[in-house]
Amino acid sequence: MNSKKNILAAPYAVWSAVFIVIPLCMILYYGLTDKTGAFTLENIAAIASVGHARALWRSILLSVISTIICFLLAYPLAMILAEKKGRAGGFIILLFILPMWMNFLLRTLAWQTLLEKTGVINGILSFFGLPSLRIINTSYAIVLGMVYNFLPFMVLPLYNALSKIDENVINAAKDLGANKIQTFFHVILPLSVPGIISGITMVFVPALTTFVISTLLGGSKVLLIGNVIEQEFTQASNWHLGSGLSIVLMIFIIINMIVTALFEKAEN
Amino acid sequence: MNKMWAFFLITIAILSTCGCGTGENNDNVVIVYNWGEYIDPDMLEQFEEETGIRVIYDEFETNETMYPKVEAGAAEYDVICPSDYMISKMIQNDLLMELDFDHIPNAKSNIGTQYWQQSEGFDPGNKYSVPYCWGTVGILYNRTMVDEPVTSWAQLWDEKYRDEILMQDSVRDAFMVAEKLYGYSMNTLDAQELLTVKNALIEQKPLVQAYVIDQVRDKMIGNEAAIGVIYSGEAIYTQYENSNLEYVIPAEGTNVWIDSWVILKNAPHQENAEKFIDFMCRGDVALKNFEYITYSTPNDAAKSLIEDEEIKNSPIAFPDLSQYDNLETYTYLGEEGDTLYNELWKEIKSY
Amino acid sequence: MKTSTSIVKKIYVALIFIFLYAPIATLIVLSFNASKTRAKWGGFTVNWYRSLIQDETILNALGTTLLIAFLSAFAASIIGTIACIAMSGMKRRNRAILMGITNIPMLNADIVTGISLMLLFISLGLKFGFGTILLSHITFNIPYVILSVLPRMKQLNPSVYEAALDLGASPVTAFFKVTLPDLMPGILSGFLMAFTMSLDDFIITHFTKGSGINTLSTKIYTEVRKGIKPEMYALSTIIFVTVLILLFLVNIAPEKKASPDSGK
Repeated sequence: MNSKKNILAAPYAVWSAVFIVIPLCMILYYGLTDKTGAFTLENIAAIASVGHARALWRSILLSVISTIICFLLAYPLAMILAEKKGRAGGFIILLFILPMWMNFLLRTLAWQTLLEKTGVINGILSFFGLPSLRIINTSYAIVLGMVYNFLPFMVLPLYNALSKIDENVINAAKDLGANKIQTFFHVILPLSVPGIISGITMVFVPALTTFVISTLLGGSKVLLIGNVIEQEFTQASNWHLGSGLSIVLMIFIIINMIVTALFEKAEN
Repeated sequence: MNKMWAFFLITIAILSTCGCGTGENNDNVVIVYNWGEYIDPDMLEQFEEETGIRVIYDEFETNETMYPKVEAGAAEYDVICPSDYMISKMIQNDLLMELDFDHIPNAKSNIGTQYWQQSEGFDPGNKYSVPYCWGTVGILYNRTMVDEPVTSWAQLWDEKYRDEILMQDSVRDAFMVAEKLYGYSMNTLDAQELLTVKNALIEQKPLVQAYVIDQVRDKMIGNEAAIGVIYSGEAIYTQYENSNLEYVIPAEGTNVWIDSWVILKNAPHQENAEKFIDFMCRGDVALKNFEYITYSTPNDAAKSLIEDEEIKNSPIAFPDLSQYDNLETYTYLGEEGDTLYNELWKEIKSY
Repeated sequence: MKTSTSIVKKIYVALIFIFLYAPIATLIVLSFNASKTRAKWGGFTVNWYRSLIQDETILNALGTTLLIAFLSAFAASIIGTIACIAMSGMKRRNRAILMGITNIPMLNADIVTGISLMLLFISLGLKFGFGTILLSHITFNIPYVILSVLPRMKQLNPSVYEAALDLGASPVTAFFKVTLPDLMPGILSGFLMAFTMSLDDFIITHFTKGSGINTLSTKIYTEVRKGIKPEMYALSTIIFVTVLILLFLVNIAPEKKASPDSGK
């Protein structure tokens, strides 16, 4: 019986070897060789050059800020939604997934229309005689784009974690004399840690590596590490440098994963 | 374990059939890779009707994004329309096929001699390319927002226009503006000169609203910006849509460019590609394209068919270049030169 | 006191929804804008919906997008389900390795996944096109299926399957009659998830597509630079409204049916 089941694993094992493991090895290969095929660390060291280092630093900064904002916005929301047990809550959650059916590029592009100098928001502001909002083509617009696009990724895991908390536990805390704030910090928050962790990962990684949002909302004025890598492949045709920088990016992703895993362990 | 291998082989077999399935080698098609909005779609249909050859049409945004796709060879193309310096790069890297002009009779008879001469600069002997469009790069400004005469690239550094300036988001065009401002060659590789240019562009960056390519058109029409760098062909279109816009070639000189049809050496449908280029060189077709995309045509037959005198004598569509002595055409900078420009551009963009 | 906090809560949820849906409302409004440029309002029109029906490139892109989403979600469901069944009988260590690999495309950056697949396809000498996009989409879809089927697998009661065998069913029949129906909700939600992900993907398709083929995402990306065709707004409005209606039907209809029952 078991051997039969093992054979069933073969298609997926082969698939993941060919399409997940080997491709990653190819990035390692390209990243660690130069055009002649000789081993080099130059492509990875290139992250230290002025342009790359600045782009990486800005990516980290913007993605950390976006992750924090997402968290602060999503947590209260998830708590409110978790109170609504059953159908209503589930339906509201569906409303979060619904925008994903409108193409992600179009949704982001719509922000351009909203934020532009002669855009919708400024039209409304000037109608009320208010000063105009000038954030399009700046880092602020990019943070907004990140928060907008990745907020559902934060809300959903938080909602899952919070709605699983047994109400009896909260009531027990209250019975033991804890006030609302104490209950929150000592009971609810610790119990929602798994949700927080997966939410952070699901927001931070795409925000760190995006090149689309910065292109659409940054007016190409703000260069993120994702843009650099994309351009190495699609414009400069320097695959070796592009792969080298991708390896650096993966290191950051792995660090993020290890940190969150450690948190998880500590909490347990 | 043996069964594991069997599955592996099956997967590979499926893979290879996928590869063949998408090749479309046997179809009667021609795969064209052109700039965005750079052809009258009706002309593609007319070509299909007249020849029975189906056109697979793909678009690129800059020469730089086109090149890696073609070089990698993963995406198949037959006909491409790169600019001067990129053609020279492709010739040097042995990507292009020598054209047989017996199969493209309209090219020699309809394209003006001066354009063939100009092409010699990047395609010595006119062996590989057939001019499709040409033009200049200049400044487009909105008269309601700019109340002084625009004559110089230096005005793109004017604090007055903070957040109102649009620059081109392609390395050569952006550098050209600063290089011409300082009177350097737009093909310079001099380290000192490039340092000056880099610093100038960094200094300009806070004033720039956005680095754009084709979007400059919409933004200028929609009064989103006051002043921008634009290709001459786009300028005519924007003026149709917004009569407050004015195009000038700055006194410091600019880039005169030619975009030409070329056929790839490994093109799967070379014969169809020749037919396609020949069709595009026909006077009536070139005229339709000119009317649609408003880029200057090097096609004398088409020019003589233009009825509107105003367009025929338009200084934007057909400028008298003899009044400038500081016009240049980009040349291929070599692999090291390309890398150098790219590095500097990244430094500017990340600043 | 109670009511005031509940009002605050309602306002907060409403604000977030305004934030989420403002761009979508903008797109819907733009689809009725007579002016071709986004910047100007030129009056109400339904012309873009009319011209959409004739716009072959957009309809082609839509067809490709839906076909790839369907095929990749379908293939991923099959491969993923088989993998789940296999994993349930695996040794702990092997299963951990396979799950680790499964997590890679989920945790890794899309740009890295896209680039790595592009490098693979080039070195295999594949021609970029429909096939390469499909392979990539199946690859990043499988994990979604596995993650939604695996929990169901754990809840599965093996004795039911064994009982079927005892009653004389062949393993295949027992699987299709007993195990599969139990797994179906998980497979279905995995399929839907995969379908949605495939539909919304841009980055991986961007790196693995070839000449003359576009999904809606890549089509939009090339149009962004030269000005989006208003037909695109019309199309996304149609898609959005369709999904919205489906969602209401699925969620509201069973509730109405259920309510008289619960009244008894």
